[in-house]
Amino acid sequence: MTLTRILCGMAVCTALTVGVAAQGVPVVPTIIRPATASKPAAAGGFLQRWLILEPIAVPGQLTDSAVRTTVARDYFPGQLTAFPKNDDTVTVDGKPLQWHAVDTTNYNVNLFHFAAGLKKPTSNVLFWIVTIVRAPQDMPDTRLAIGSNAASVWWLNGEQVISLFNDRQTVIDDGVSRRVMLKKGVNVIRAAIINAGGATDFCARFLDANARPITGLTIDLAATTDVK
Amino acid sequence: MTRTHITLAAALLLVVRLWALDGDVGLHDPSTIVRDGSRFYAYATGGGLPMSVSDDGWTWRRAGGVMQSMPDGRPGADVIARGGNNTWAPDVIKVGDKYFLYYAAPGTQPKAAIGLLVGKTLDPTSPDYKWTDAGPVVWSDGVEDSNAIDPGVFRDPANGSLWLTYGSYFGYIRLVELDPKTGTRLYPQRAPVNVAINSEASIIVSHDGWYYLLVTHGSCCQGAASSYSIRMGRARKVTGPYLDRSGVDMLQGGGSLFLGSSGRMVGPGHFGLLDLGDGVQKFSCHFEADLDRGGISVLDIRPLLWRDGWPVGGDNVPAGTYRIESARTGTALELAVEGVPVGGRRGRGGPPRGGGAGGRGGAGEAPPPTPIAAQEAAQVSANWPAGALDARLSPYLLQAQQKWAVTPAANAGGYAGSPYFRISVAGTERSLTATANGELTVLPTFTGSPEQLWRIDQLADGTYRFTPKAVPGGNATMALSAIGGSSPTLERVDASTDRQRWLLRTP
Repeated sequence: MTLTRILCGMAVCTALTVGVAAQGVPVVPTIIRPATASKPAAAGGFLQRWLILEPIAVPGQLTDSAVRTTVARDYFPGQLTAFPKNDDTVTVDGKPLQWHAVDTTNYNVNLFHFAAGLKKPTSNVLFWIVTIVRAPQDMPDTRLAIGSNAASVWWLNGEQVISLFNDRQTVIDDGVSRRVMLKKGVNVIRAAIINAGGATDFCARFLDANARPITGLTIDLAATTDVK
Repeated sequence: MTRTHITLAAALLLVVRLWALDGDVGLHDPSTIVRDGSRFYAYATGGGLPMSVSDDGWTWRRAGGVMQSMPDGRPGADVIARGGNNTWAPDVIKVGDKYFLYYAAPGTQPKAAIGLLVGKTLDPTSPDYKWTDAGPVVWSDGVEDSNAIDPGVFRDPANGSLWLTYGSYFGYIRLVELDPKTGTRLYPQRAPVNVAINSEASIIVSHDGWYYLLVTHGSCCQGAASSYSIRMGRARKVTGPYLDRSGVDMLQGGGSLFLGSSGRMVGPGHFGLLDLGDGVQKFSCHFEADLDRGGISVLDIRPLLWRDGWPVGGDNVPAGTYRIESARTGTALELAVEGVPVGGRRGRGGPPRGGGAGGRGGAGEAPPPTPIAAQEAAQVSANWPAGALDARLSPYLLQAQQKWAVTPAANAGGYAGSPYFRISVAGTERSLTATANGELTVLPTFTGSPEQLWRIDQLADGTYRFTPKAVPGGNATMALSAIGGSSPTLERVDASTDRQRWLLRTP
């Protein structure tokens, strides 16, 4: 099932009613399909457009060593280098999994909504996520700042910059990278997020040299031709 | 005494001596400590007005006396005529490009005068070093209700006005306004304002729209029997009335305790503000008796805190094992290794509880749960990777990698009031270290290099700021910062951010 199909059926940028609670109350629709070619970073600098791979079943252990082991496995070709497009499919353990381009209406991306809406498991799962950020100029001494539920490992332009372990909730600026160079042009953020059970989500933004959120960035998932 | 005992005693003495400044700190009635260039200067009671100098605020040395630069090595004739030939309890302040040094010149008390010396520099090695006698500023005639000793000078940051308090137990603590251009009285024809009684060693400071009068109560000069303590009141106007925390006017004997005797130090007196900037305030005083220095009177420097609108005397950080908790995030600094739950891994709620049906009493109930021992590094560190590791922040779970031994670094110098510290995971040599790019690492050993030496300043709210002595390749002073809930770094010192505020808690 594609994300498009589980959208509300409207042609453009429709709120995704990702599920219906037992009592018939609609789940808050925080995940929507991108309707524009690019998207500026939100107020507060949050990055609200991502490509998310349908969840991979994993043991769901969250200790340092277990997370490192889980993330170190090769699940699909180019998992740390390729840049997927919406609806691309990879095969993991013999099963096809699909990439979905999504926007979030919140500061965070609700992976529980995402997976539940696809009728995929939300516990003991690994999510691969990726996005491309355009910077208007070289921006030295910036930091990637993320929060995740639960453990996560993050790469910026191919370099691992953040690792968070153990069961945890998404706290803004929980994991903050060391000072990095945000390059003029495209920058690729990639992460693996492991959930053991319950809610799962993440948020991400960049901070400047004075720890203030950077807002002058643009997310452009179509910028794959620029990516090296 | 056996050699072992001698060695142990010497070691203990060494450790304790680290806490009340280092070097030659024996003095009495110290002035406010003033910085000129990179050096700290303090002046004290004694023949010729002895001067003490420190290059870092931690290790002090004697540097002669002020009167060495005066004709005949004594106060000016007018000062002696109004008071006497003694030289006591000076205070010093920089106003514009001049230093004003006030000193008491008592004769037979309460006949006394306060003299003024004016100079361009405090550095005796400077070609500009010279004190000029500006005569007596105030005096007491031996009959009036005043004893003109113990000057304390205050520059009001609100308007630049300059004030002098003085006095002792023969009468009132008095206040006069000074001319910032000359250091002498601005309105000599006006009667001084009485602001307190039953006090000496007075001085005014201001904070958040209040004026605080700090004085010393009790008796001096009796070693460990001295009952000196520093007391305080506050007022909305510099001229008072100064009321203590109970609302008692200091003119009627009021004065809430600011600092009394504690630990191995007896009889604090002669408060002086040392504002180091960037949100760090300290105060100087002398203690009548340092029990670890044979009971002599010594200079000390301690953190100055503010709580509920009142100054509070802080303590320099004692050596110990701490959890270092971010005041911003509530998470604790740890060596980035996989933690082991204290007592080992177990399921929800711990091991099965006894008691059978009903769960209380009765035959066959399992023994009560036994205590779990504290986790030490030796129990769990075998699985820690070798070499340099990251530092990170995590919820505090009483685990070994979260407990830090904060220890004075031997022979590494210090800063105002305290030695530099080594910060190592307790029970290990793994030491917190600043890196060249302004980040942090934990190296497997402590070498004593500047990037492993930490300054720990207690801030006005009681939290602490950690700054490495040096960041390789960097010039700016940087502070330990909780830039994220799980992520420490070093950032340029910023007094306004909670990121750089830390708590030292019992592990």
